[in-house]
Amino acid sequence: MPLLWLVLIVLALAGAGYVLGRQRAMSSAGGDTRHLHSLPVYYGSNVAIFAAMPAFLVLAVWLIAQPLLVDSIVSADIPATAVPEGSTLSLLMSDVRRVADGLDLAISQGTIAADEAKTLRADATDVRALLASVGVALGSDVNETTLSAAQEFRALTGTGSMAMTVVVLALALGGFAYAYSRTNKDFRARNVVERSIRGLLIAAASIAILTTVGIVLSLVFNTVEFFRLYPALDFFFGTTWSPSFGGGSELGVLPLLWGTLYISVIALAVAVPIGLFAAVYLSEYAGAKVRAFAKPLIEVLAGIPTIVYGLFALLTVGPLLVKFFGSGGTFGVDWMSGASSVTTAGLVMGIMLIPFVSSLSDDIINAVPQSMRDGSLGLGATKSETIKQVVLPAALPGIVGAILLAASRAIGETMIVVLGAGAAARLSMNPLEAMTTVTAKIVSQLTGDADFASPEALVAFALGMTLFVMTLGLNVLALYIVRKYREQYE
Amino acid sequence: MTDATNNTPKAKTSLLTVSPRVKKRNAQEARFKAYGIAAVATGLVFLVILLSTILYNGVGAFQQTFITVPIYLDEAKLDKNGNRDIEEIKKVSTFGYTPLIQDAIFAAIEEKAPGSEITSAKDTKALISASAAAQIRDVVIANPDMIGKSVEFRILAASRVDGYLKGRVTRDSIARDKNIDAKHLDVVDTLRSKGIVKREFNMAFITGADASESRPEQAGIGVSMLGSLFMMLVVLVLSLPIGVAASIYLEEFAPQNKWTDLIEVNISNLAAVPSIVFGILGLAVFIQFAGLPQSAPLVGGLVLTLMTLPTIIISTRASLKSVPPSIRDAALGLGASKMQSVFHHVLPLAMPGILTGTIIGLAQALGETAPLLLIGMVGYIASNYPSGPISGFMDPNSAMPAQIYEWAKRADPAYYERAWGGIIILLVFLITMNIIAIILRRRFERRW
Repeated sequence: MPLLWLVLIVLALAGAGYVLGRQRAMSSAGGDTRHLHSLPVYYGSNVAIFAAMPAFLVLAVWLIAQPLLVDSIVSADIPATAVPEGSTLSLLMSDVRRVADGLDLAISQGTIAADEAKTLRADATDVRALLASVGVALGSDVNETTLSAAQEFRALTGTGSMAMTVVVLALALGGFAYAYSRTNKDFRARNVVERSIRGLLIAAASIAILTTVGIVLSLVFNTVEFFRLYPALDFFFGTTWSPSFGGGSELGVLPLLWGTLYISVIALAVAVPIGLFAAVYLSEYAGAKVRAFAKPLIEVLAGIPTIVYGLFALLTVGPLLVKFFGSGGTFGVDWMSGASSVTTAGLVMGIMLIPFVSSLSDDIINAVPQSMRDGSLGLGATKSETIKQVVLPAALPGIVGAILLAASRAIGETMIVVLGAGAAARLSMNPLEAMTTVTAKIVSQLTGDADFASPEALVAFALGMTLFVMTLGLNVLALYIVRKYREQYE
Repeated sequence: MTDATNNTPKAKTSLLTVSPRVKKRNAQEARFKAYGIAAVATGLVFLVILLSTILYNGVGAFQQTFITVPIYLDEAKLDKNGNRDIEEIKKVSTFGYTPLIQDAIFAAIEEKAPGSEITSAKDTKALISASAAAQIRDVVIANPDMIGKSVEFRILAASRVDGYLKGRVTRDSIARDKNIDAKHLDVVDTLRSKGIVKREFNMAFITGADASESRPEQAGIGVSMLGSLFMMLVVLVLSLPIGVAASIYLEEFAPQNKWTDLIEVNISNLAAVPSIVFGILGLAVFIQFAGLPQSAPLVGGLVLTLMTLPTIIISTRASLKSVPPSIRDAALGLGASKMQSVFHHVLPLAMPGILTGTIIGLAQALGETAPLLLIGMVGYIASNYPSGPISGFMDPNSAMPAQIYEWAKRADPAYYERAWGGIIILLVFLITMNIIAIILRRRFERRW
């Protein structure tokens, strides 16, 4: 039975449950709602929830678990000798899945009968041609192992789906009957319904945890896989980055980390002074009108998508810098060969970070108690002396937190460096040279048709893990500092 | 303390004359203030430069050069048997149409620009977009009756010609360009003065599909706009209910314990995780593990949902917090359950704030590019409109920022103009969404 129909049937059951549950409650109270414990809506909802919720829960779990289970059973049945030289079991399994899908398609298009697909033999029929005729292209001819595995795959999937339909429908009916039988005027329907709604709320809140778990698991599994193929020491301490999909790549992370840090430092060198002075001016000097005008405008910079900054770096800032520092440029020096360089990306990223630094610092400076300023001014200090010697030292931990958050942004920024920083991994001091970063290499290693089994593709997960750990560390530290500081004046 | 009075000051000071030290301090004060003003001004100048660069470079993409000529649809070539059988007409490929167009352009040149250096019909190839033949073939297949007549068509000029009219291509820059010569530009100048070659508003850029690398004049952002639309639908449908439910739990029901703390720390950390990490998550979980199709807006939407959830949760919690406790107390006092007080009273009052936060989260998701690169929304030509809602969610498509990135990577500078133009469209969407959010906040948000 198609999934859609199953869902619709369960939903229909729930709908019917709502109407019937409500009716039963009303008739048990003799049509007078004052005799009911809860409002009639709750009795209806109770039956509907019991009919739908367990059924959908099981359905979701089943849909996730079944393919895994079928995969492991089928692959266990494939003898190790059947895996061809130079191939792997997972490649063979993806062939098996393709053949199974193709057979399904062929049956639904009427090319072969359902019984025929079960008894098909590779030596008797040209399965590849058959599947090609329904639009499934295979890389090689289908041998007997693949075909029989595909048939087993289909059989198991079929049995599984049948069992799933039966279980889900049984659960829906059972829940319906249970809740319906409990419905009478003294039944505390509201409490039950509210408890299930609370469960839903908790589930929604746990998605944040699930996301983190998902991120960590997907990074860890693939990273471990990568380190099995490539020594971890060479990855962390290697100074050469030259991936080649033909094999024999050197995948040292140091040049990438160097590029990342270099660009981030330049970005912070632009953003921190400008952002900090802007925050000081806006919170200490500017009148209400200037503040209302300038603050939102600066924050617009934070709302502009990073792809825009990337394009700005690639097509405007880069060529401009070449005009100054390139051969035949304004300064008559030849320090820059292409538009993409560490400075290009760093400058533009700095512009992007200005509002991060300024609005976070602004909040923190505003949180410094007025009495401290008044005390300093009362002793005869000028405004700037008050700021430099009283306000800023008091706000320092918070400002450090803000800068750390900006740094974590800079390290994790992708589009600006992909477009503006270049693709060559170098360990060089020249800020006008093209270098590359961790994020840029994640993009370049994972886009394209690389198979996910090679170290050249898996290295992206190790890079992602490095990035995740670095930014997470900075964030946790920054949040800790900011929180600690906030408590100080509350 | 009496000793102090014996130490008479060395220099006489007066409040009325400014001492050098005060002067220095005042100068410092003025300098410090000037630094502040300079910093704010720098920020604003960067904003102005950025926006004017975008406008200056991108406006050109909304105009395109067209050639308007009558084309004689030769029956001998398009319908040899003369029976107007649609199947037979379809058999004539675009190669059959190209000579007709070239003849027509050549005829126009001979008539309007006599004495030009273009001496053969084939030589006009440099002027016409490669897409023209397909355009005319489509029209002819839709109206077979046109065959044998001379029909006026507005066809796209080649991107070099378009660039010449916009100033991107100059006579110097084509010196080593084998696609076009100076004689072509001479002809273009003449034809332009006669009104045959014209720059006009190009709707196809907004509604059209992407084109191959060699014909930038044909590329449009329409298909990827639809891709973005389907992704935003997924984000809205998932992140609003989940975000609101999570916030209600954390703000109204959650007990103060380790688990709640864990969730809270998690959410604030997720908000600061680099977006590319969400792309890795999407690739590993949704594509590798769950087997969802690559490049599908559904997957993009799921990834962006996870990315925007923290933003939505944080803003929703803020607006729930701003509803005064007296509202809850009043509801509870009248006998409502906790759940009823929240869903019937607190939530409706917090709704404008929640919607504002959601729209801002959506705007952020709309401009996000990095995760989309990892789930495969770049690297191909998004040329097919989705055929229906299901294909819109499941079929490979691009998204606006991914399309802009794709154009920025292509070698032909004509695509840069389109990338800037795409940014203008993207920013128009973002500005609209933000204005809606501001209006919502101004009109409906209550101050208690």
